[in-house]
Amino acid sequence: MLKRLVACIREYKLPTILTFVFILGEAVMETLIPFLTADLVNDIRAGIEIGEVIKVGIIIVIMAIISLACGAIAGRTSAKASAGFAKNLRHDIFAKIQTYSFENIDKFSSSSLITRLTTDVSNVQLAFMMVIRIAIRSPFMLIFSVIMAYVMGGALSTCFVVVIPVLGFGLFMVAKKAMPRFRAVFKKYDTLNESIEENVRAMRVVKGFSREEYEKKKFTREAESIRDDFTKAERIVALNSPIMQLCLYFDMAFVLLVGSRMVITGQGIDVGQISAMLTYGFQVLMSLMMLSMVFVLITISTESAKRISEVLDEVPALTNPENPVMEVKDGSIDFDNVSFKYSKAAKKFALSNIDLHIKPGMTVGIIGGTGSSKSSLVQLIPRLYDVTEGSVKVGGIDVRKYDIEALREAVSMVLQKNLIFSGTIKDNLRWGNENATDEELVEACKLSQADEFIKRFPDGYDTMIEQGGTNVSGGQKQRLCIARALLKKPKILILDDSTSAVDTKTDALIRQGFKQFLPETTKIIIAQRIASVEESDLILVMNNGTIEAAGKHDDLLKFNKIYREVYEQQTRGGEENEQ
Amino acid sequence: MSNNNSSKAPKRQMPKHVFKAGVFKRLLKMLFKFYPKMVPITIFGIIFTAVASAIPAVFMQNVISLIEKWQPVGDWALASQEIVPNVMVLIVMYVLSIISMTVETQLVAIITQGFLSKMRTTMFEGMQNLPIKYFDTHKHGDIMSYYTNDIDTLRQLISQSLPTIVRAGVIVISVLFIMIYYSLWLTLIVLLGVVVMLFVSKKAGGGSAKYFIRLQAAVAKQEGYVQEMMNGQKVVKVFCHEDECQENFDKLNEALYEDNYSAHAYANMLGPIIQNIGNTLYAVLAIVGGVLLLAKAPNLSISGMAFDISIVIPFLNMTKQFTGNINQLSQQINSIVMGLAGAERIFGLMDEQPEEDKGYVTLVNCKVDENGNISEADEHTGKWAWKHPHGDGTLTYTLLRGDVRMTDVDFEYEKGKPVLHNVTVYAEPGQQVAFVGATGAGKTTITNLINRFYDIADGKIRYDGININKIKKSDLRRSLGIVLQETNLFTGTVMDNIRYGRLEATDAECIEAAKLAGADDFITRLPNGYNTELSNNGANLSQGQRQLIAIARAAVADPPVMILDEATSSIDTRTEAIVQKGMDKLMEGRTVFVIAHRLSTVMNSDVIMVLDHGRIIERGNHEKLIAEKGTYYRLYTGAFELE
Repeated sequence: MLKRLVACIREYKLPTILTFVFILGEAVMETLIPFLTADLVNDIRAGIEIGEVIKVGIIIVIMAIISLACGAIAGRTSAKASAGFAKNLRHDIFAKIQTYSFENIDKFSSSSLITRLTTDVSNVQLAFMMVIRIAIRSPFMLIFSVIMAYVMGGALSTCFVVVIPVLGFGLFMVAKKAMPRFRAVFKKYDTLNESIEENVRAMRVVKGFSREEYEKKKFTREAESIRDDFTKAERIVALNSPIMQLCLYFDMAFVLLVGSRMVITGQGIDVGQISAMLTYGFQVLMSLMMLSMVFVLITISTESAKRISEVLDEVPALTNPENPVMEVKDGSIDFDNVSFKYSKAAKKFALSNIDLHIKPGMTVGIIGGTGSSKSSLVQLIPRLYDVTEGSVKVGGIDVRKYDIEALREAVSMVLQKNLIFSGTIKDNLRWGNENATDEELVEACKLSQADEFIKRFPDGYDTMIEQGGTNVSGGQKQRLCIARALLKKPKILILDDSTSAVDTKTDALIRQGFKQFLPETTKIIIAQRIASVEESDLILVMNNGTIEAAGKHDDLLKFNKIYREVYEQQTRGGEENEQ
Repeated sequence: MSNNNSSKAPKRQMPKHVFKAGVFKRLLKMLFKFYPKMVPITIFGIIFTAVASAIPAVFMQNVISLIEKWQPVGDWALASQEIVPNVMVLIVMYVLSIISMTVETQLVAIITQGFLSKMRTTMFEGMQNLPIKYFDTHKHGDIMSYYTNDIDTLRQLISQSLPTIVRAGVIVISVLFIMIYYSLWLTLIVLLGVVVMLFVSKKAGGGSAKYFIRLQAAVAKQEGYVQEMMNGQKVVKVFCHEDECQENFDKLNEALYEDNYSAHAYANMLGPIIQNIGNTLYAVLAIVGGVLLLAKAPNLSISGMAFDISIVIPFLNMTKQFTGNINQLSQQINSIVMGLAGAERIFGLMDEQPEEDKGYVTLVNCKVDENGNISEADEHTGKWAWKHPHGDGTLTYTLLRGDVRMTDVDFEYEKGKPVLHNVTVYAEPGQQVAFVGATGAGKTTITNLINRFYDIADGKIRYDGININKIKKSDLRRSLGIVLQETNLFTGTVMDNIRYGRLEATDAECIEAAKLAGADDFITRLPNGYNTELSNNGANLSQGQRQLIAIARAAVADPPVMILDEATSSIDTRTEAIVQKGMDKLMEGRTVFVIAHRLSTVMNSDVIMVLDHGRIIERGNHEKLIAEKGTYYRLYTGAFELE
């Protein structure tokens, strides 16, 4: 995990290393300056001539300038390194997600991916910055201060033998006790935020049922439970400062009491050494304190790092074959004894024993109830999922042998849960073909019956689409999606319930256009309405993961019960009023 | 539809001034209001700790002087009589300081979390009282951000920045006084140093607050993009659009990096700058002190002490303390600026105008005697009446029947953009009224007005003869069941979700409602039946199944009036046919408003209203409208399109 994250430093290795170097420089100065200032005090006290005082003073100023320069540079380089590290991390996560196949996407919810890309990266970034700023500095200062204290204070420094383990143990215990609590709190916190989001989204339901008071009570209960847990965790961490202070005071009292006795009874130390001991004692304990803070921070961010690694370690379920076939010959489709389930662990097959052969240019209609696996069937054609058993061939070649991009260029699919993105209508259409000319765009839109309403917008093809496509109606969105798919000039076009919000007349016009202008393209249409499929060359009736019946409209009407039922239900009362 | 007006949603405001005194004051007021005792105690504790940790320095100095005094003598027995009491005082101060510090830090932890929790609850409670309009015009992500980002910035502000301001502030001010007490000249030098510090840090690091606020904006922007792409990931795959997305993402990522870098670079520089100017100041003071000592310069001070070594040395120590605390203060600037920006936004949410309710007519259980007299009942009677107090002190009871009449209703969501004109609809108890029309024709708007999600601009709506403005909103809504196209389920079991319609419903009643809605069949086939846990808006159910649960939820509420807004749009026609029977039973005896795209859903309604641009252009039952050969007829025959 760590290796994976460290690999994201990449071009920011130099600033990272520079940070170490300059932080070290700053740390050296920071430990030396108190040494000199103590000296200065002694000099003045001892009444040494002013020249000496000025000399030491100037040295201090020079060292302060060096320290400042080091500190300022380290500040910049550490900011650069950590911001760059975060940038690379985000880039890698996003890039990794782009390699995911549908199976991988199904596994992570989109909101959890968003959290990983935002909050989790920020947490790791912060930890990274703290580590490069403190990881070298604190141990260095700790060791240096202990050595100096020993050199300066001699026997007096034995007090550290007591104080450091006590403090170290105390801080360690605090971190150890607090960590699991924090982890639990963060989980609860996520749940709380999810329930707020749920409430905001469902506000019409809440208000519709007058459940405001109920929701308030529910929320207060959750918020208070988090408060209690959070308070416990924070109270443990709050012990850090008193423990630190206790050790520091013990050290000072010890040095003063024992030190004064040693000085007065002439055991080889002087007053300056006592001052130095006091200064270094403070530094020793401060660096321990910093280390414990880093420890806590790292543990907190470990959770985030784990979640990021999950994304990075996910193996894409589909990969390009070696020596892939780069061109799809024609729009023929063959399902040879195909069975499919969404995950290996699933007991139930979504599709079983499908045999199906479609010639180029055919129009195939698919009908079937919710959960009959209509979508599963067509999603195998552009290899959005891989079959579990059997094989799917396009243009006579197994889809697993194609270059994925080449295959999907040839097989254009309009998904059931479709989306258009924020941007102009043109931008959205060009997803199909980024080099499409304006004429081609209009042509595709005419075919999908979208041109007419687009032209009615004040900005025409340059109309801005809001996020989620909220400023166009459902039917308009579907027609835009079809146009976008047409722009690929595919050999196979799959519409997965893509005209459900389009009225029957327009629906018929779209199909008519396909027939007239796309005679070579194989067209597969999943629909709820019999009217959308009845003219197809082949109609499949799906039920429970199998093809229950296949044939033309008239045959199915005669021989298939489901088809007949649906037909009758949809035309009930309609015909008698027809002209 | 109204809830699609995200384009009009105001952008998340970014403050123009970095420090807002008004916001700060209000935040402090709230702190004191929530914890009227604890906050003063904590402040006292912090000050006491600061003082108790500062005093020992004086005694420490005493001890060192004593050591120097006794060193030549070399007699510990005698020396200890003077030294030990001083050290004892020190130890007492230490102990006091540790006790007060423990208390104070514990209190800060309690107050921080308590305050945040109270802020969250206050915010949430306020939010529950906001009108639907607020949710229609604000992005949900932005609302969420109040609870996550903005609350987080407050946490930092309260747990760290405020205590530091008090502690360091007290120390800086008291040290300043002590310094003046000792020597005015040297104090002036220190102050000069502070001016230099402020100047340099403003030049070099003063921009960091600005960058942090910019950073927040950049984060939000990238989050927006990521959200859109993560939701559309499957479309990206189908179009092999991965590279383009990556390119766009990287552009935003690069911009975010720039702000991230600048913000932290400036923030990181602040510490070394102040600390080392402090060091320089120390050296300068030592030199000046030395020179003055040598020159035997006259001192100017409150104490009137002569200028000698006993002034210079404590003064040097105080300088260290002084600049150290200023450094600590400076470290808080960013968190203060960001915290106040967060607080300002939170206050903005709290200050939103809540939904007004001047209704005084309430819904009560009632009994009807054989003469038709209605009297109020305390227990559940299955019968409801509107309790209507009048200006003259009398009370009348009107039986709840479900008679809804809209007369000449005009409405606009935005000034100058009328959505409904002169809409008149009469729905008698038990009637089914359907609305048909293109998107934006105003179908949903009509239902929004009946349950008073929005208030009408002109005209009248009467419910059982009572002007709905007089009815208490919660009671009005209780009498209306709504099922919306966009189904929202809550985290919890299927049973919990159905019971949401009527909290006191028994399990049997919930199952009964589910059967009525045709949901029982699939629910019993779920792994844990009615106890199956739903999460993430019922993500493991199909859209159709979710709609069935929503219908059951409305059924269990058993309201006299139901609004079905595209309630069966995601149920395939075959299932719909199966559900239809239950739906028919559900609608029986109720006034029902139906909005549907599929004409098969509305065909059997008693009245069908065809809406066009906010006007009712045709009304009548199916046969009548077909005979009229107007818009409905063309819709029905597929010659006309609904958008």
